[in-house]
Amino acid sequence: MSNECKVDCGRRRLVVATAAVGGVGALAALVPFVSSMLPSERAKAAGAPVEVEIGNLEPGQMMTVEWRGKPVWIINRSKEMLDSLTKLADAVADPKSEKKMQPSYCQNETRSIKPAIMVAVGICTHLGCSPSSKFKKGAEEGMDGAWLGGFLCPCHGSTFDLAGRVFKNKPAPDNLEVPPHKYLSDTRILIGEDKGA
Amino acid sequence: MASNTSFEKYKSDGSLQGNLLEWFDARFPATSMWRGHLSEYYAPKNFNFWYFFGSLAMLVLVIQIVTGIFLVMHYKPDASLNANGIPVAFASVEYIMRDVSWGWLIRYMHSTGASAFFIVVYLHMFRGLLYGSYRQPRELIWIFGCLIFLCLMAEAFMGYLLPWGQMSFWGAQVIVNLFSAIPLVGEPLSIWIRGDFVVGDATLNRFFSFHVIAVPLVLLGLVAAHILALHEVGSNNPDGVEIKKKKDANGIPLDGIPFHPYYSVKDIVGVVVFLMVFSIIVFFAPEGGGYFLEYNNFIPADPLKTPPHIAPVWYFTPYYSLLRAMVWPLFGIDAKFWGVVAMGAGVVILAFLPWLDRSPVKSIRYRGPIFKTLLTLFVIAFAILGFLGTQPPSYAFFGVIPSAPVAQVLSAFYFLFFLTMPWWSKIDKYKPEPDRVTM
Repeated sequence: MSNECKVDCGRRRLVVATAAVGGVGALAALVPFVSSMLPSERAKAAGAPVEVEIGNLEPGQMMTVEWRGKPVWIINRSKEMLDSLTKLADAVADPKSEKKMQPSYCQNETRSIKPAIMVAVGICTHLGCSPSSKFKKGAEEGMDGAWLGGFLCPCHGSTFDLAGRVFKNKPAPDNLEVPPHKYLSDTRILIGEDKGA
Repeated sequence: MASNTSFEKYKSDGSLQGNLLEWFDARFPATSMWRGHLSEYYAPKNFNFWYFFGSLAMLVLVIQIVTGIFLVMHYKPDASLNANGIPVAFASVEYIMRDVSWGWLIRYMHSTGASAFFIVVYLHMFRGLLYGSYRQPRELIWIFGCLIFLCLMAEAFMGYLLPWGQMSFWGAQVIVNLFSAIPLVGEPLSIWIRGDFVVGDATLNRFFSFHVIAVPLVLLGLVAAHILALHEVGSNNPDGVEIKKKKDANGIPLDGIPFHPYYSVKDIVGVVVFLMVFSIIVFFAPEGGGYFLEYNNFIPADPLKTPPHIAPVWYFTPYYSLLRAMVWPLFGIDAKFWGVVAMGAGVVILAFLPWLDRSPVKSIRYRGPIFKTLLTLFVIAFAILGFLGTQPPSYAFFGVIPSAPVAQVLSAFYFLFFLTMPWWSKIDKYKPEPDRVTM
């Protein structure tokens, strides 16, 4: 607008002010609609912890349970599987688990409370597919010769070792998440809660 | 052109119908719209095969809306399990296929229509590239078209979740997680889109709402804007010369013919041929060899198990390849964010074509060897990227050439084609354009 106001400047200011107040009101009206798309109270309450009995899980075996709608893996790693972790320290992106993808009590070489028992959320940190287990070595699983066992994400080819550590130069940015969990007894795990662990 | 004042109102000849029409026309711009958009909209007389696909896209839009209305009468957007342990949404699609009278036909028309939509739209866009239809003064038509393409992608993606099969579920999981790659706001944003911490019933219901109400409304509005903008400036043609520069004494372009009846009749021929092909697919190959309906989607969604190989439907695969090509973190941000950026940029960059192309002529008929070569390579690269997007990341050509570096080179070419266009479109050789269109 030019400075020489041909219209009544006082009225023009009032029109602008009215439009601004109306605009604020319209923006405020967006809040209920946008908020209605957030997780509902029921969805938020659905994340109850899950109790798992692992007495029958033999070394080398894996089981999957559902927690908050996500697959959680429990793997009983054999001696040979645990040995592979040390050999792979140079091949994985975050060998010492420095990124906060696990509770502090699992920030160790095996990323677990008990060395043999691995608990991890089976969701690839890239785009949320569930990786498939490739526990055998190399060609037996259709992998390359250096493969010592781990997980392959079918969506974009990220690979993880048996501690859920992501290999270097793969699309997934982080190691698999270790959920909060604690042992209720020697063979019972509570997934989703770690108070007093 | 289509303005309401340039045509005289209808005058009755005294008959009953004439009187009715006069009454109506005095209260509604019926005659002026008919003339402005059809009987006196002058289109270049040299349209060829490539000009079928705009009207065919409208036909497919109508097919999708009509079949969609009837599908919604039987479909239930509900992820909970029924008494047999099957998700209700999945079971309602099986119900449509098996128990609703002619339901199988309506559903196959809708699912085939989705692929047909992308086939005709890709060909329609390619026509724009061939003849420079995006060039001044048609930039806005092209931008509306790009927005239609984006809407169509959103519509197809959300519709694909509704059958609640394995591909539906994991496809949505992957694409929604793309948003979580955005720094800081990513994680809350993806939760907001899903309405839950994982893809679930809340996600299914909102995608249903967007798929049947919100996106189609926007799509219809954009199609109207696309056509209004087209009729304002007039159609381009295979010679890329403006027919409005040569007009007769009445102000009618010498090389223009009325859209109706000339092109309405021509388009009917296209419609008949299209419907023949469409019917053959609907009746004899509705799954399209696993490309139109993916086999894994005949398995109900299982949140605990990803199928061994997941890939989007064919029309998204070139962009999916751009996404997968980014495997290096840059500037301290995860590679997956850059994958998302590459995928988004691959679509958005199309909208900038009117300003990237600096050639003095529009049509491929008068452009030089650089454009012809690069456009051919671009089409080949797009097709190979599309093929690779349907394959697992470990795929190798002839079992020896790994596909990942190939996809990365082709992705780089995809972007270089556009980014270097201001340079190569200027130094290319050109033939002089004719004054008038040639046949």
